[in-house]
Amino acid sequence: MTFDLTIITANAGAIWNAFLVTIYTWLAGSALGIVAGLVIAALMLFGGRPLQLLLRGVIELVRGTPFLVILFLVYYGGPAFGVRLGAVTAGVLCIAGYSSVYFAEIFRSGFAAVPRGQLEAGECLGLSRFDLLWRVQLPQMLVLILPAIVNMLTILCKETAVLSIITVPELTAVLTGIGTRTFTFIETLLVLCIAYLLLIEITSRAGRWLERRVGTYLQR
Amino acid sequence: MPLTLSPTTTISTEPAKGANTATPIIHLSAVGKRYGNHQVLSNINLDVHHSEVVCLIGPSGSGKSTLLRSMAFLEEYDEGEIHIEGRLLGWEIDDRGRRKHAGRNRLNQARRNLGIVFQQFNLWPHMTAMGNVTEALVRVRRMKRSDAEKRAMTVLEKVGLAEKAHQYPARLSGGQQQRVAIARALAMEPKIMLFDEPTSALDPELVGEVLAVMKQLALEGMTMVVVTHEMGFAAQVANSVVFLDQGSIVARGTPSEVFRDTQHPRLRQFLQNYLDRNAFWHTTPEQEN
Repeated sequence: MTFDLTIITANAGAIWNAFLVTIYTWLAGSALGIVAGLVIAALMLFGGRPLQLLLRGVIELVRGTPFLVILFLVYYGGPAFGVRLGAVTAGVLCIAGYSSVYFAEIFRSGFAAVPRGQLEAGECLGLSRFDLLWRVQLPQMLVLILPAIVNMLTILCKETAVLSIITVPELTAVLTGIGTRTFTFIETLLVLCIAYLLLIEITSRAGRWLERRVGTYLQR
Repeated sequence: MPLTLSPTTTISTEPAKGANTATPIIHLSAVGKRYGNHQVLSNINLDVHHSEVVCLIGPSGSGKSTLLRSMAFLEEYDEGEIHIEGRLLGWEIDDRGRRKHAGRNRLNQARRNLGIVFQQFNLWPHMTAMGNVTEALVRVRRMKRSDAEKRAMTVLEKVGLAEKAHQYPARLSGGQQQRVAIARALAMEPKIMLFDEPTSALDPELVGEVLAVMKQLALEGMTMVVVTHEMGFAAQVANSVVFLDQGSIVARGTPSEVFRDTQHPRLRQFLQNYLDRNAFWHTTPEQEN
């Protein structure tokens, strides 16, 4: 077996760009997914019964569909409905849509974890629904759901690899491409694994640091 | 000290100073509530006058907490009417004479002068004592933060916790947390304070400090409705005691009428049960001296 890292250094520029595409699709998709998830959770909480049922249906539908199938539906099926998206845009939107239902469930559990009495107290003091959400529920639930959010982020990071199938020039696409062209699978896959490991390690560490920071009030 | 309901127990039967017997500040007429088939409250008629202290007592499940929470519309009563300072609470009557939920503004208007203190304190754990007290001042009363903090210090001083202003609830004892909760309600300058078993979640040793604050409030002329198991407090502070059983008011009167003179069998049984539980040492007034 030959082990020749010059293939990596020779393609360093392309790999670096692919790395940036991975980070972009991952973070942009996740950020949109978090915002959409929060909106879904809030609508389910305050939106009344019909809306609640509708959103529950959407959540079950998306959760019951493999990510790859969602990606195909949007990227290849989209044009049939007049929706033509670039690969990167489609990728970001799919990650956002796919993750939003999971984030919504995380937020829903977070809302439920803040004791009702705290809301009653605020209500009697005249605080508005929005104030209660923004000042009482969100700050507390963020602490509670942070581990779940970080967990979801690490999953999504690796899920971006699937975008290679719709030709998004991200890490997996570029490195496996180099590998198949030059038959240097071990070198390219090694770099690929290290890159994902690195991203996830940074995410976990940032998560733990944030947990300590925002959770200070819970310490006796 | 074991609680004995001996004739020497001091009871204040006179209405508090400045009590206005003309128009009640809280007026309940024929209030009822049911959960499905279970009637939790039925035909409750109750008037609370300015500066009056009313204690609600009764066995668990008697509806006393539900009744108190109804007075803040945390429970939706579905029969009768509750008026706070003359305003119908929680409902409004539409053109066709049917009742529907009052809008948020109208509801808040009706309970604007109402402060409530809960069994579980319900402080916001991510805010300091100061933050808990100033939150509504800033968000609801639109006070400047510096003014709100000044007011907060005043009420925290009143409950004896000025030096704990910058502590988070997790660092405070139960009694201190409940006093912060009282301060949070007082900061809004309510005319009426509702207490829902304010000492029931506390270690026995911490009950006293909370009751002391409540006693002080009563002396200052605050109108108070208190759901409590602290019969000593009720006997010493209340102007009237209301005994509920199975969702109805079965006895009411001055503390001496309710605790000493009552012939009502269910009330006597309840009080005897209470004494049996709390008298661990039999003392007579002579032995105490």
